[in-house]
Amino acid sequence: MDKVELNVNGFSHTVLVDSSETILDTLRNRLYLTGTKKCCDEGTCGSCTVHLDGKPVLGCLTPTMRCVGKKIVTIEGISAGEDLHPVQKHLVKNLGLQCGFCTPGVVMTAVPYLENNPDPSIDEIKNSLSGNLCRCTGYKKINEAIQSAAEEMNS
Amino acid sequence: MSGPVGKATPYIDGVQKATGQAMYTDDFRYPNMLYVGLLRSSYAHAKIKNIDIKAVEADPAVAAVAIGKDIPVSFGVLPISPDENAMAVDKVRYVGEIVAAVAAESIEAAQKAVQGIKVKYEPIREFLNPADSLETCAPDEQIHDHTKNGKNIHKTAELRFNDPEKEFESADFVRKEKFKFAGVTHAFTEPHSTIAIWNGDETLTVISATQVPHYLHKNLSKVLGLPIHKIQVKKPTLGGGFGGKSDPFAHEMITAYLSMKTKRPVKCTFSREEVFITNHGRHPTDIDMTVSCDKKGNITALDTDVIIDGGAYGSFGVVTSYYNGVLLQGPYKIDKFGFRTRRTYTNKPQCGAMRGHGAVNPRYAVEIVLDMLAHDLKIDPCDLRMKNFLPENTLTVGQLRITSNGVKECLETVRKKSDWDERYNKLPYGHGRGVACGFFISGSALPIIWNRYPQTVVHAKLDFDGRIVMFSGASDIGQGSDTMLVQIAAEELGIPMDFVQVEAADTKTTPVDLGSYSSRVTFMVGNAAKMAVEKVRKEMAKAIAKEKGIAIDSIKFNDGKIFTKDETLDLSWVEGVEIAMAGRGAFVESGFYISPKLGGDFKGSGAGLSPAYSFGAFISEVVVDPETGEVNVEKIWAAHDCGKALNPLAVEGQIEGSIHMGLGQALSEDMRYVKGQIMNANFFDYRIPYSVDTPEMDVTIIESNDGEGPYGAKEAGEGPIHPVLPSIGNAIFDAVGVRMCELPITPDKIFTKIKELK
Repeated sequence: MDKVELNVNGFSHTVLVDSSETILDTLRNRLYLTGTKKCCDEGTCGSCTVHLDGKPVLGCLTPTMRCVGKKIVTIEGISAGEDLHPVQKHLVKNLGLQCGFCTPGVVMTAVPYLENNPDPSIDEIKNSLSGNLCRCTGYKKINEAIQSAAEEMNS
Repeated sequence: MSGPVGKATPYIDGVQKATGQAMYTDDFRYPNMLYVGLLRSSYAHAKIKNIDIKAVEADPAVAAVAIGKDIPVSFGVLPISPDENAMAVDKVRYVGEIVAAVAAESIEAAQKAVQGIKVKYEPIREFLNPADSLETCAPDEQIHDHTKNGKNIHKTAELRFNDPEKEFESADFVRKEKFKFAGVTHAFTEPHSTIAIWNGDETLTVISATQVPHYLHKNLSKVLGLPIHKIQVKKPTLGGGFGGKSDPFAHEMITAYLSMKTKRPVKCTFSREEVFITNHGRHPTDIDMTVSCDKKGNITALDTDVIIDGGAYGSFGVVTSYYNGVLLQGPYKIDKFGFRTRRTYTNKPQCGAMRGHGAVNPRYAVEIVLDMLAHDLKIDPCDLRMKNFLPENTLTVGQLRITSNGVKECLETVRKKSDWDERYNKLPYGHGRGVACGFFISGSALPIIWNRYPQTVVHAKLDFDGRIVMFSGASDIGQGSDTMLVQIAAEELGIPMDFVQVEAADTKTTPVDLGSYSSRVTFMVGNAAKMAVEKVRKEMAKAIAKEKGIAIDSIKFNDGKIFTKDETLDLSWVEGVEIAMAGRGAFVESGFYISPKLGGDFKGSGAGLSPAYSFGAFISEVVVDPETGEVNVEKIWAAHDCGKALNPLAVEGQIEGSIHMGLGQALSEDMRYVKGQIMNANFFDYRIPYSVDTPEMDVTIIESNDGEGPYGAKEAGEGPIHPVLPSIGNAIFDAVGVRMCELPITPDKIFTKIKELK
């Protein structure tokens, strides 16, 4: 076990972790931040996406030791208080979620994508989500929600 | 309707889901909690000679060990085939079957400890192919003792009306075709997870990712020998089911047992590989489909012979066997009709119920054969279908009662919207269009466990705070049933939705409901909810009428107000609640739903009975690359008759999700086994469509407004998957002239067929 300091959603945490542990397990099991979901645990579904220094990474493939000294943001760090991020707002409004299990990963993928690509086409949105598995929606309402979010962010 | 019913309504738990606040089973933790590690069989079929747990019992991280003989009572979702055990008792029947379990202080310790259990096996002949299971074998080779005639046939379901075979001898046109379908699985995103808590008052609480708390409740009682009133099953937020969380599961029994044994909370969460191994997905299926028609294109007879590969245990298999046949009685009128389905046991993970239960594969077969007949007759496949639809308010040959029926409108809609008449059979080589229809139950009219109770009961509670709480056993599995309950209460009482809250799927606090399967929830729970809230409204109106000295019937509830048209009464909702509470306080009203008595008087007549049926018609456009055999589904026009859409947003979501799942089964999904070992238990190798694989979708909701459904509603969760697969299959024929009768339709299969054609 190693004692490390992690910066998660702007707060500092000192935790004991195994050297082989992933940030997904550290977040869920040690910090009890369960918004980040464990679906496949092998890098195929995008449900565990978190931000490392602003970039989306798969939590299940990222060793916790690699996150030391970096800024980690999870789904719990996305909405400021009661204000939903436009991506979240439109996923809710447009029913871009059903069971909701993939949704935190979709949000964590789409938010930085829109920051770098403010005016994407539907095809570009589809491509940007190509690593996020959703079994409920058929993706249509997710894509449309993200396009609406982009429009709101641009206005 | 002036309230939220019929309007696009975001889910009441949408914000929680979008912010990560929604709690799924694995997100809960309890003080002093233990974790389960499971030892699984490495043999497909073997006797257990010995299990040595001594070393593990001595492990300081291990609190308890369990093996099959500790809880040997068999269970299963159907009371007619309780053929499973929590852990293998005398023998294992598939690779991955649970043999032993430990509860330990951490997940890592549990997984490590369980490997210390030593099992001696004696292999038996393996049955990996349904054809072998149809043959007689030696008694000690049988997978289960209870199968008849020395064969491994679990169930033969057969019905025949008016001698279809005879019709084939003299029919103008007959087509007989063989089909083969790979097994597919639900692949819900949330892995199975269960927490069991043995409480200080000697009651058991089980939190589980289940579609059916009621069946889990009953089976836990049976296996654990614990009185049923001492067990509470709760379903928290659930990450998808599609039928795959509707059985009671072995790991649920084990987790509960370990909690009773250790008197500590115990958690068990599966890895993705374990989810694949657990399966319960759609059966691998072989179908011989024969259909005849006359010169005008009227279907004269249908007969089909089906073999479904059930895997090692029964699950919903008896129902699946019937659904493979009986649900071919619609949407076309076929008076000479027959089927036989044989479900075989094999040494593989069991198959069960999956979206569109039992009817998806035969639907593919019949819609492809109808397309062939349309070509034989040289008539448009849409015209052939239009000629043959069942009318409204009729009985099928097997006495399924058809009430509302919007199938004609569905087909007319997609035909027009897709510009079918200008495009079909007119696109360049490699591009094609295909059409297919669908038909499904809106709730099973008969309960799995026979009883004299209603199908569901909903309680609506009104208290001093003006809040209505809907208590329902219905399981929201992502389809939005909690939101539906709120919509109905708000509609009936004329109040904003935020006055209504839901307590659901908890066998201690909510009245029993049979669960989320067979597309029953909107129809049955919706009706019960409406009745409960109507009674609340009547009680309130009675109290207000008495106090104000006005006629009960003159009182209206709308827009958060309680009033009369002539404005002699003008109360806010909260003022009305205060009057209704006077002298009695909070009260609860109860609503229920009982299916009408349906069906014929013959063996097997109960299968497929439903108070209403959904219908649909889809058209797909594909592009096939003849050089590689690759298929791209470009666009799907979908029209589905769901009765009244209580929440059009949710109905569209179900149709779009069905397209996704149907596309996967049609083109890429395939549970592959070698010597009984699953080879693709991950999302790299089991290919599910991702966003980039998804076609453009044009979805139309057709509202036939059923006379018995709540506000006219039927179902949308399962019916829309049926037309997806055959519309793609028929479009491939239109594109490159090859009939694809084996699913999934992978590029190599198309390429080979195109080469054969040349």
